[in-house]
Amino acid sequence: MEERRQLTRVEELTYEVKIEQVMTTDVLTVTPETMMSEAKELLRNRRISGMPVVEKGRLAGVISTEDIITTLELGKDVAVREKIGHPVRTCFADEPLAQAIRRFDMYGYGRYPVVNRRGRLVDIITQGDIIHGLLRALEADYHEEETLKHEASYLLEHVDSERTRLFLSYRVRARDFVHAGDAARQIKRALVRLGAHPQAVRRMAIATFEAETNIIIHSNGGRIAVLIQPSAIRVRATDTGPGIPDVDLAMQPGFSTAPDWVREMGFGSGMGLANIRRCASTMHLASIPGRKTCLEYTVIPEKSIALREQLTRSQNDFTRNRRPIIANGKDRPAQIDEPG
Amino acid sequence: MKLRQIVDILSLTVMAGHAGLDTEVTGGYAADLVSCAMAGAQKDGLWVTLQGHLNIVAVASLLDLAAIIVTENKVVEPEALAKANEEGIPILSTPCTTFEVVGRLWEMGVRR
Ligand SMILES: Nc1ncnc2c1ncn2[C@@H]1O[C@H](COP(=O)(O)OP(=O)(O)OP(=O)(O)O)[C@@H](O)[C@H]1O
Ligand SMILES: [Mg+2]
Repeated sequence: MEERRQLTRVEELTYEVKIEQVMTTDVLTVTPETMMSEAKELLRNRRISGMPVVEKGRLAGVISTEDIITTLELGKDVAVREKIGHPVRTCFADEPLAQAIRRFDMYGYGRYPVVNRRGRLVDIITQGDIIHGLLRALEADYHEEETLKHEASYLLEHVDSERTRLFLSYRVRARDFVHAGDAARQIKRALVRLGAHPQAVRRMAIATFEAETNIIIHSNGGRIAVLIQPSAIRVRATDTGPGIPDVDLAMQPGFSTAPDWVREMGFGSGMGLANIRRCASTMHLASIPGRKTCLEYTVIPEKSIALREQLTRSQNDFTRNRRPIIANGKDRPAQIDEPG
Repeated sequence: MKLRQIVDILSLTVMAGHAGLDTEVTGGYAADLVSCAMAGAQKDGLWVTLQGHLNIVAVASLLDLAAIIVTENKVVEPEALAKANEEGIPILSTPCTTFEVVGRLWEMGVRR
């Protein structure tokens, strides 16, 4: 197979960026009647090394410091016209940078006049312009990438559809301490890859670990299902088993029915459900004693919370005395502090 | 402070997870109850505990902890060591009690 060389980003940009985008536009010109001594002063004052010669708007040639020195060395001052016999190579303003770069490689001049398609001079381009232009383009590129990263751009939010949802499901076996935390870890990894907000990932990791260990410790086995949507991550942890006779009691921090052998492993402090409540935006625990338990909770990513609050506020403004339709801040999750 | 420095100063035995020794440690948490660690331990922090079973690695991994310090030479399950190596989470062992370890960490300036 033919080996295809990979195009670097800089090379790519030389095709994306047009010459007119990197020009400096404030170009200094002379006419063919300008005297060489005058041109010399202009170049010296501006600290540049060459100028286009323009006659009635059309490009007549280019004059460089080198031309001036060789002329003036002879001791006589002449009009610029005398020295611009050779044909001028130019670039078109709407050509890609790559075109200009090729010219610089081929002919080695220090600058090229840039003309529009009607032959009128619009500017000159130097190698410096190209380097600056490419650096600017790279910076813009980089900046775009950074902002995307910083928005913690949630992949799902960038998918256009009326309904975007990703469904994950994990089987959890009773007493299987060897795999305790595997579902939570896999869900966490998926959310990180999707670009979910770190706070949302952390809440989900903690809550799901607790739900998972509860199935392992207290039930006969079950399943953890996760529905990931741009606006919320919903979890349903279901199992068959003894169920919970008194849900309110079970929710109380410190209440636990865990057997001693489980407590020896550091479980059974009765803090699991409390942890879930702290991390989740909403939580609902239901059980049919002697048969099954169903725990549901959601984690709403920060961005969506902000959006919801904004909506609530504008709703408030709009409806004045009427109750806002969208939920108030009550079920907003407690802030989990991240160091640093 | 770098985890490696803490290992040196406290003469901890690195039982597993050598790959994770360059983490910059920000703080710590001590508990033998899994749900307490789950609630209180922070990212890039140390977890000082008497537990040596496999699930401590799951906790450390879920919370992105810097390392687990297992005190009183408590036996760490081989499965836990294998998992820790896999995840690059250091398990550090010491004959000292949790009380002593936390005290020394505090003296060293690990106070969050
Ligand atoms: N899926 C379940 N099936 C049956 N009972 C459950 C289930 N989940 C929780 N319970 C009951 O609720 C109690 C409290 O649960 P919680 O998670 O808060 O604490 P724990 O699991 O006992 O201890 P910890 O989570 O701190 O290790 C449990 O001890 C158990 O009696
Ligand atoms: Mg529990």
